[in-house]
Amino acid sequence: MATEEATGAGMPDEAGVEQPIHDLPGEETCRLILQKMLLIRRFEERAGEMYAKARIGGFLHLCIGEEATIVGATQALADGDYLMSTYREHGQALARGTEPERVMAELFGKVDGCSGGRGGSMHLFDFERRFLGGYGIVGGSLPLSAGVALAADYGETEDAVLSMMGDGATNQGTFSETMNLAALWSLPVVFLVINNQFGMGTSLERHSAVTDLSQKSEGFGVPGSRCDGMDVLDTHAVVSNALRCAREERRPQLVEAVTYRYRGHSMADPEEYRSKEEVEEWRRRDPINNFRKRVTEDGMLSDDDVEKLDSEAQKRIEEAVEFAENSPFPDLAALYDDVYVMEGSSPHAWWLVDQRSPETHRGEAERDAGDVAQELAEAGAAYAGEDVTSERRSRRTPRGDDQGEGEPAEESRDEEGGAD
Amino acid sequence: MAEVRYREALNQALREEMQADESVFIMGEDVGVFQGAFKVTAGLLEEFGEKRVRDTPISENTIVGMGVGAAMGGLRPVVEIMTINFSLLAMDQIVNSAASIRYMFNAQVKVPLVIRMPQGGGHQLGPTHSHSLEAWFLHVPGLLVAVPSTPADAKGLLKAAIRDDNPVIFIEHEALYGKKGEVPENGEPLRFGEAAVRREGDDVTIVGVSRMAATALQAAETLATEHEVEADVIDPRTLRPLDLDTILESVRKTNRAVIVEEGWPHGGVGANFAALIQEQAFDYLDAPVARVTGADIPMPYSKPLEQAAFPHEEHVVQAALATFRDL
Repeated sequence: MATEEATGAGMPDEAGVEQPIHDLPGEETCRLILQKMLLIRRFEERAGEMYAKARIGGFLHLCIGEEATIVGATQALADGDYLMSTYREHGQALARGTEPERVMAELFGKVDGCSGGRGGSMHLFDFERRFLGGYGIVGGSLPLSAGVALAADYGETEDAVLSMMGDGATNQGTFSETMNLAALWSLPVVFLVINNQFGMGTSLERHSAVTDLSQKSEGFGVPGSRCDGMDVLDTHAVVSNALRCAREERRPQLVEAVTYRYRGHSMADPEEYRSKEEVEEWRRRDPINNFRKRVTEDGMLSDDDVEKLDSEAQKRIEEAVEFAENSPFPDLAALYDDVYVMEGSSPHAWWLVDQRSPETHRGEAERDAGDVAQELAEAGAAYAGEDVTSERRSRRTPRGDDQGEGEPAEESRDEEGGAD
Repeated sequence: MAEVRYREALNQALREEMQADESVFIMGEDVGVFQGAFKVTAGLLEEFGEKRVRDTPISENTIVGMGVGAAMGGLRPVVEIMTINFSLLAMDQIVNSAASIRYMFNAQVKVPLVIRMPQGGGHQLGPTHSHSLEAWFLHVPGLLVAVPSTPADAKGLLKAAIRDDNPVIFIEHEALYGKKGEVPENGEPLRFGEAAVRREGDDVTIVGVSRMAATALQAAETLATEHEVEADVIDPRTLRPLDLDTILESVRKTNRAVIVEEGWPHGGVGANFAALIQEQAFDYLDAPVARVTGADIPMPYSKPLEQAAFPHEEHVVQAALATFRDL
């Protein structure tokens, strides 16, 4: 285990672990929890490496340090429940069961990615597993999650929604608006604030007047509670109870999971807003190390068992990287697909500029132009590239004598359109 | 055919679609007990109950976002925003969520959401309640935009919008709510992307958007009676998808085009249409494409100022005549 987030080996005994407050669950559950947390961590480490190698574009937000929060919370979900998350959501997708291959392929922008390469790291989605997305706008997913809860309630189902946000999102207007509506309409939704201590680079005490975030929803009618987000069992217990209230009593709940991200906000983060000592302090409370320590000291799993889980996770991630490398980029011909559901609509109407042609928007000869679009795109040319321009010119009748004669209307046009 | 008001036509569309489909529901500010700020939802709470006609707090961004979420969850929400200026509070959810979700999640979900709202000046409501912002929504791929100008279109297009699987921005006009017109009783939806030719003529094409379709029609009558100019008057009815063929066909016949809109000139619908027309029918044009738009100012309150800030019949007549100037 060469990476810096290596679990297990060499951790000091005075590891800052609070006294465990929950009994260990059965062996299979413990194994599953460790397996998932390890898979997430190894995934994130490799994703970071792939980003450094420029295999991954855009932003990359890693969740290393938050594994207990993610796994503890998602293990509390029933199969029919919905999960919605922020842009730091690779772990959430993996915990919900999306194959690492499809998550990694999405980060690579490949066609086999779980969003077909259209969303990228911040916009993972797996409808089949009821993982309804990562969202790139802070607080933007909160109204959506209440809407999904409304649909679940409207359909008289027992499904609930787990709606995750960061500490920074509690300052958005959508936070208060959504809390109010969720409580007002008795929606089956649990809001989980993953308090990793920073809204990007601004620390909690510098961005929120109230730093006990579990209090921020109470005035809107959503009771809040807190869990140790570094303790997978505590997170699981508190979120389970909250989900029960939301589902059975139709009382939406908020849970604040107190946790920490070891890495920067994104890969482009010099981390000048915190000290190495602070990061080290939190690392001593590492959720994976501490859970591993408990299950091995308890004798439920041996060190060898855990090492085996870890090597399996690493192997799985290697396979995911290989899969992502080998997956093709999305077909350029599909660039305009799926902006709209076209069924049942007027076939001749004009929906998207350049939908069918690189010509001057929809040229009169557009029906012949499909191949040109493909050729240009494959050559990497923008559709307004030189070739197109010259072709466009050649298709026109020269202006000739008409040139300039349209001038007079130019000046008067604004007046005509104006307030006179 | 029965003659009904624009607001009643909308009300009929809502009622009929709610009767036909349990998954259709309404939410918005004062749509229930208050019966709607413009009474479009009158009587619906009584008929369908609080589950399906939901009064919301004043939280536009969250109302729209919840509509998107409910649509992702399989429902067909019709969200009412009290006036188009308030939709700016919801622009995040409209653009970043409603318009993008289907594409960015690779078509794993659809968002069959309707957002209804009125726009337009003339009631002295000043700069926060009177603007015409269809261009804002036209700009966004992923949204459909309807701008009905008659009671029949209001009903037929709203029914189509509710049945459509895409997010639809449905823009009504405050000054049209009381207007009467004949509405077919068959309850059939219209199709998006089909313009209406309100009047036929060979001399100039006038395209009027939203209420300006009616203004364009009045101007056309004046052009005919006072200036011997016969105008084609086209109401696009939906801006996205756009029935460009009908507009181009007309321009190729008349060789002149005037676009009339109530919104602002820069980056407006008319600017967009003018670009499309010159790109695709340049050789047919005998004059520059003319635009008649709202004044490039926040809408003022004082009556004479307000009246001067949006187009009237005489502006359209002048613009149409100007396309014949010096040629």
